[in-house]
Amino acid sequence: MQINNRIPARLAVAAAAAALSFAAVAADISGAGATFPYPIYAKWADAYKKLTGVGLNYQSIGSGGGIKQIKAKTVTFGASDMPLKPDDLKASGLLQFPMIIGGVVPVVNIQGIQAGQLHLDGATVASIYLGDITQWNDPKIKSLNPKLTLPNTAIAPVYRSDGSGTNFLFSDYLSKASPKFMSSIGANTSVQWPTGIGAKGNEGVANMTTQTDGAIGYVEYAYAKQNKMAYTLLTNKAGAAVAPSAESFQAAAANADWVHADSYYLILTDQAGAKSWPITGASFILLYKQPTDPAPVNEALKFFSWAYQDGASMAAELDYVPLPAALIAQVKKTWVSEITSGGHPVWSGK
Amino acid sequence: MTRRTLRKAKNGIFLALSLVATALGLACLAAILWTLLSHGLAGMSWNLFTQMTPPPGGQGGLLNALYGSAVMTLLGILIGSPIGVLAGTYLAEYGRDSRLSTVIRFINDVLLSAPSIIIGLFVYEIVVVHMGHFSAIAGALALSILAIPVTLRTTEDMLNLVPIGMKDSSAALGAYPWRTTLSVLYPAARSGIVTGLLLAVARISGETAPLLFTALNNQFWSTQLNAPMANLPVVIFQFALSPYKNWQDLAWAGALIITVTILVLSISARVILALLQAERGSGR
Amino acid sequence: MENSGSETDTVAIIDPRHAAKQLIYERIFRAATLSAAILVLLILGGVALSLLRGAWPAVSHFGFSFVTREIWNPVTDQFGALAAIYGTVVTSLIAMLLAVPAGFGIALFLTELCPPLLKRPIGVAVELLAAVPSIIFGIWGLFVLAPVLQRHAQPWLIAHLGHLPLLGGLFKGPPFGIGVLTAGVVLAIMVLPFIAATMREVFDTVPPMLKESGYGLGATTWEVMWNVVVPHSRVGMVGGIMLGLGRALGETMAVTFVIGNAHRISSSLLAPGTTISSAIANEFTEAVGDLYTSSLIALGLLLFLITFTVIAAAQAMLRRLERRGFAV
Repeated sequence: MQINNRIPARLAVAAAAAALSFAAVAADISGAGATFPYPIYAKWADAYKKLTGVGLNYQSIGSGGGIKQIKAKTVTFGASDMPLKPDDLKASGLLQFPMIIGGVVPVVNIQGIQAGQLHLDGATVASIYLGDITQWNDPKIKSLNPKLTLPNTAIAPVYRSDGSGTNFLFSDYLSKASPKFMSSIGANTSVQWPTGIGAKGNEGVANMTTQTDGAIGYVEYAYAKQNKMAYTLLTNKAGAAVAPSAESFQAAAANADWVHADSYYLILTDQAGAKSWPITGASFILLYKQPTDPAPVNEALKFFSWAYQDGASMAAELDYVPLPAALIAQVKKTWVSEITSGGHPVWSGK
Repeated sequence: MTRRTLRKAKNGIFLALSLVATALGLACLAAILWTLLSHGLAGMSWNLFTQMTPPPGGQGGLLNALYGSAVMTLLGILIGSPIGVLAGTYLAEYGRDSRLSTVIRFINDVLLSAPSIIIGLFVYEIVVVHMGHFSAIAGALALSILAIPVTLRTTEDMLNLVPIGMKDSSAALGAYPWRTTLSVLYPAARSGIVTGLLLAVARISGETAPLLFTALNNQFWSTQLNAPMANLPVVIFQFALSPYKNWQDLAWAGALIITVTILVLSISARVILALLQAERGSGR
Repeated sequence: MENSGSETDTVAIIDPRHAAKQLIYERIFRAATLSAAILVLLILGGVALSLLRGAWPAVSHFGFSFVTREIWNPVTDQFGALAAIYGTVVTSLIAMLLAVPAGFGIALFLTELCPPLLKRPIGVAVELLAAVPSIIFGIWGLFVLAPVLQRHAQPWLIAHLGHLPLLGGLFKGPPFGIGVLTAGVVLAIMVLPFIAATMREVFDTVPPMLKESGYGLGATTWEVMWNVVVPHSRVGMVGGIMLGLGRALGETMAVTFVIGNAHRISSSLLAPGTTISSAIANEFTEAVGDLYTSSLIALGLLLFLITFTVIAAAQAMLRRLERRGFAV
């Protein structure tokens, strides 16, 4: 009869589905947050998986999302380019430490302008994002670029529409460069941009800038490099025009005093030094000091330790700046002393 | 100019405009399909079906996304269509013109057109928040809620199409409505109900918004139902908005796969319905 | 009605246990179908309640000002839905202004002009446009339509319409390619098949006698259409249009790609903006803080109220037409 024929079929399907759902899955590390370091995290994850079989499930959703998810305990670690303030860390029981250093670079899409040709300074970029400068052949831009022919195209500023550490670094730099920017917009992971197009993630900004004629955006350098975008030169604090590169990021990071930074809270924008890139920043990892489930945290720490050591060359390929050895040692000491479970350090030391 | 010429001119203009409108509509369909084909075919390869979603710049495929979409669509249909079919049966057989049935039909039609992102929010509130994390089962639940109105509507319509004579004969033999429904009506309306299932599958397999905050996404292979699971629409969303060429190629290929699947399902549903109507027409 | 109710037997065996079992099965089946039907009601009620609950923190914190303020600042936790509501309404309006005449034209063509052989394929083709998932419209809009609009259509609009006294304000500003106008155009293409299909169904219900009377008096095709078919189908047309409007208001993926994600209200249609559904889609997974998440759910609640009202009204109208149609 019709009825009886259907039931066994349906049961079979249900059983198969149930069987599939209970299939064993390798222990993966789960993390979420900043898109700033995502290119290097993805490279590291790929290599680490080939080496150990352990995968990194990283959702590149922006620093804001990373902070939310680690606070909601839905992931093992969070990643943010904006360091949390020591009070916030204490209140939530989190620990933060720097993982990698990189630079945020302005990128443009102007007909005829190649990478490294356009020269801007903080005040000009701030004016562009404030909506005060609206054409590429504006006199202020022309005065910085006397040798370039700039077209009469309208400027389309692209900004981060999601909660972003990259946004924090960029707006922090612009606030330092322009008092008007500081008072009307300010610096944070998400700000009220008065004009322009919003896009999600470093990926979205890179995509939108490439798609739109006359656009200017800001992305982490690896994105500009990987996607062959036209980055600009900036005038740094010392007054020199500097191009983004591992050297200029390194120069900015060299001045950082990590030893005296409470909970590693340190902002690296607008650093002194003739060769320093003005929008340099570290990307941080957030972990619980007393995790309820220490095993995944240990796996994560093993991954980070491997990345510090064996991942340095991969990072250099993408023009990220690996942390100096002294800082790595300091961070590892922090792991042992602060991340504990039942009185013992969670990290198995390797 | 005589009044007649004016009228004829007006007639000609408006009819020409209607032709233009139709041409425009067809042109849009052609443009979209053409773009899908040209970009999507470029990204097609066997890798799509054998490898997982890659990191940016790497080699990879869409296997985990295809699997995830298949599993969640299947679960969504398994959960949603029995409810839709049973509810449609109630409306056709028991409720008919009662006040309750009128209200239910109305609500169902509203749900049919409701924004799917709202359903996603609903499932987020009642499932994801309670479980504490995103999961494939939450995604499947969201899809099942979207499948219910489609199957309900089709089932009711199809059951109502079954000739009254068949129902009456069964009742005359002393069968209860449940027996009539199971032994007479369902088999008679079988192709119609299957059409409803096909339409429901076509509807839910292309949905992105409800999966955004229920199943989220997963870079790796996962078969766990209570963990985030990769799925094609969200992968397309993420990859298309990225600046990486390999991701964008995969996004287009995925878009082509989804569109072809849905178009095939829709056309099949239509063909079955047409055959059904022809059969009915000649049978009467 | 208790009879033997059994399968094939010619001998009428009235076995009370068998009959009782049949009755139990009947009760179970009826209860099952009834519960499934009531579940549909519960789902809608559940959606409304859960949205209310999720939105409550934002609603109680901001009060009515939530709907009247434009500010959207996740850092200072100040949220207002005005920009999203504005974007939703304007993009849907543009979509309707473009899709309704076009849909009407397609329905007119299919019912009056189209040679019978082509009727089915063209009709199917138009309806296939409805089957294309909205995310496809989104990526097509971003990668194909937006560059075309940025390079050709928008500069033309700015040059020719930008300096008009009133309308000009709508077309000011740099041509970004994406923005409110582009989103409206993409929505129009998405909604077009629904409107065309509904209008065509409605036109098909007009009794041929009425149309023939018109032709008999010497009216042209257009005159019959405008003076006989349209008045007869008025209710259905409005219903169809409102159904399309309901879809346009709630559309997420097609809009998210091309709207520009700017929580701002601009007078220019060429500027980026945001809609309720694209704001939720873009920001929900990253919303930090209870007030932010609650504000997004409050946006969802607003969308639910708006679309529910529009769709319910549309359904009511279409039902009136159905009943009238059967009566003829």
